[in-house]
Amino acid sequence: MAAHTSRSVAKAAGSEAGPDAGTAARGPSRRTDGKAGGTNRPGLKRALATHWYAWAMVTPVVLVLGVIIGWPLVRGVYLSLTDATERNVGRTIGANHIEATYQFVGLDNYAAVLADPVFLQRLVWTVLWTVACVSVTFALGLGLASVLNREFKGRAAYRMALILPWAVPGFVSVFAWRFLFNRDNGILNKILDGGGISAVPWLDDPTWAKFSVIAVNVWLGIPFMMVALLGGMQSIPGELYEAAEMDGASPWQRFRHITLPGLRTVSMTVILLSTIWTFNMFPVIFLLTRGGPGDSTEILVTQAFREAFVTSPRDFAVSATWGVLILLLLMIFALVYRRSLRKQGEVW
Amino acid sequence: MRRGIAATALVATLALAATACGGDTKDANGGAKADGELSGTVTWWDTSNDAEKASFQKLAEAFTAKHPKVTVKYVNVPYGDAQNKVKNAFSSGSEAPDVIRSDVGWVADFASLGYLAEVPADTAKKVDAEFLPQAAASGKYEGKTYAVPQVIDTLGLFYNKKMLADAGVQPPKTLEELKTASAAIKAKTGKAGLYLRGDDSYWFLPLIYGEGGDLVDAKTKTVTVDNAAGVKAFKTARDLVTSGAAITNATDGWTNMQTAFKTGEAAMMINGPWAVADSYAGDQFKDKANLGVAAVPAGSVKAGAPQGGHDLAVYAGSKNIAAANAFVDYMTSQEVQVQSAKELSLLPTRTAAYEQPDVKSSEMVQFFKPAVDKAVERAWIPENGSLFEPLKVEYTKAITGASSPEDAAKAAGVEFRKILKGWK
Repeated sequence: MAAHTSRSVAKAAGSEAGPDAGTAARGPSRRTDGKAGGTNRPGLKRALATHWYAWAMVTPVVLVLGVIIGWPLVRGVYLSLTDATERNVGRTIGANHIEATYQFVGLDNYAAVLADPVFLQRLVWTVLWTVACVSVTFALGLGLASVLNREFKGRAAYRMALILPWAVPGFVSVFAWRFLFNRDNGILNKILDGGGISAVPWLDDPTWAKFSVIAVNVWLGIPFMMVALLGGMQSIPGELYEAAEMDGASPWQRFRHITLPGLRTVSMTVILLSTIWTFNMFPVIFLLTRGGPGDSTEILVTQAFREAFVTSPRDFAVSATWGVLILLLLMIFALVYRRSLRKQGEVW
Repeated sequence: MRRGIAATALVATLALAATACGGDTKDANGGAKADGELSGTVTWWDTSNDAEKASFQKLAEAFTAKHPKVTVKYVNVPYGDAQNKVKNAFSSGSEAPDVIRSDVGWVADFASLGYLAEVPADTAKKVDAEFLPQAAASGKYEGKTYAVPQVIDTLGLFYNKKMLADAGVQPPKTLEELKTASAAIKAKTGKAGLYLRGDDSYWFLPLIYGEGGDLVDAKTKTVTVDNAAGVKAFKTARDLVTSGAAITNATDGWTNMQTAFKTGEAAMMINGPWAVADSYAGDQFKDKANLGVAAVPAGSVKAGAPQGGHDLAVYAGSKNIAAANAFVDYMTSQEVQVQSAKELSLLPTRTAAYEQPDVKSSEMVQFFKPAVDKAVERAWIPENGSLFEPLKVEYTKAITGASSPEDAAKAAGVEFRKILKGWK
């Protein structure tokens, strides 16, 4: 590996030096499309010549992504290395002019955030919340998908009903749940009261509040899981089931040995997506409990929001630090996940 | 799509910092024509509640009668989100209002960040001469006047006269009396005695003042929320709930409190004049005479309620500062203040307004005026508004039993010192 790297560096340097450097590119593992193994000028030229329209098509997208994702990202990383707050970034508002006085502080913000016990508390709960939400959503989604995968009367109506939570705007559903959960006037407690059970402090007790936010997120997440898994199930050839039935496999055996392996690619993808979404699921927590009671349901993202928008002066630097840390955590997770998949023989 | 808000929040954070560099440098005197007649649009962000907003909208739009060429654009921004929204608008400069109704606790913060225009010199003189001195103090920062007081208020104990009479108790003067009264009410009517708001730390202030404490001491730059009096206040809050004297919620406190009080589920609540109009709308107070107000119950040291209220301030980047200033003058004029006192029972900030028959005859004003005179003036420091957020977290934790009163006080102190850098 090391030898390979040094060779391509040498070659890349060579290709800068002269037109004949391309001849240095030799060997069985050499790629000639100009992508990975360093720049191969004739190859690149040929690629540009034959696929110029593709490059032309891609350029606007690259530019737009660069502006709306790349620039804020770079800016965010930079801010996390400064002590910028609302008070010391420069600005002119009408007659008031304020000089920019923020400074580069290196990794101080990271050291401060990581040393604060709050970070660990939030991280533990965020991981718990993500694991709970994703596993429950996946299990329920899989169950519902298998049910809906059979032929029965009114199947279309059930499918519609189950996809409904997805069609309703997120904040609308969360506010609806907030009304249901209201301890004094909420319908859930009215129903329980009818059954002789005293009021449950859904959003007022730290443990119940955690349960409630997970329940709402699961409710919101099921349609996506179900639709994706249903699609996966329908792509499994029916002959496999027929053959298994001929061999006398029980329904459970068919599920275990045909459905689950058949769903593998789909489920790996939805679990990864769902994990990333849930990890950063701002609206459910923020709108349902605002991180409360106290700070018991605060996840990393809502904490970053708190740093930036709740206290004054707004601390851009610390908030950006939280943002970068969240991004790093998710990148590490995605890498580990991909590696474990590759070990299991998934081409990804 | 599902990560939309989180992503937006993050990008907004970054974008804010970026856009903050390129502020608005347009001519600040726009709007005044050569002949001095005002024109253009004044956008006013009002934070009054659902029961009050219709009256304020009517009053604001009546400005056009005096200045026919000025259009008033009235926008109601819910109080809870307002501080954040105002800052977003001010720092980005887009869609920013010309005039805001600012909580007295936010003025120093906005002014210190350069968002507010100073009031004209003649208005500043008037504020000093004609307004209640403690109201005028809230609009100042480092000796300059940035806001004109619109209303002033404090907290009081609202009670349902009939429910108290049925239980045979007098409005309690101390927290001890309150507990006895609550027990009697519970025994007689089966309802709760007091609704104590648990999701907003402003309601914690009477408890800490009652023990002789305060959040901070600005003179000596000391955080005092975690001293003995502070700990005692957290204990008192917890005790009111565990002893059954009060009911509370950790979410939707405002709605739950008003509902409980208006429907007779709770006989008392601690609230301010801004809750009067809404309370009258409830079943229990169809007969307005059934609503009584008393001073907040005293703790072991004294009875104390915070001085609050709202000021009107002009955005420094407004393109129409002249018209905006005229609008502020109008909204804080005696005529408008008397009107809002009459319709909404809100307290005027002009000394002379209290001589007006409509104000004099208002029972709520009669109660609240002496209360306001005695109210505890808060430290008008830029961080004032920020202290409430960490305090809310700890107050809610203490009141719901998620953390002990000692831990809550200690944690609040730690958070306060993070905000007030360099304080003891």
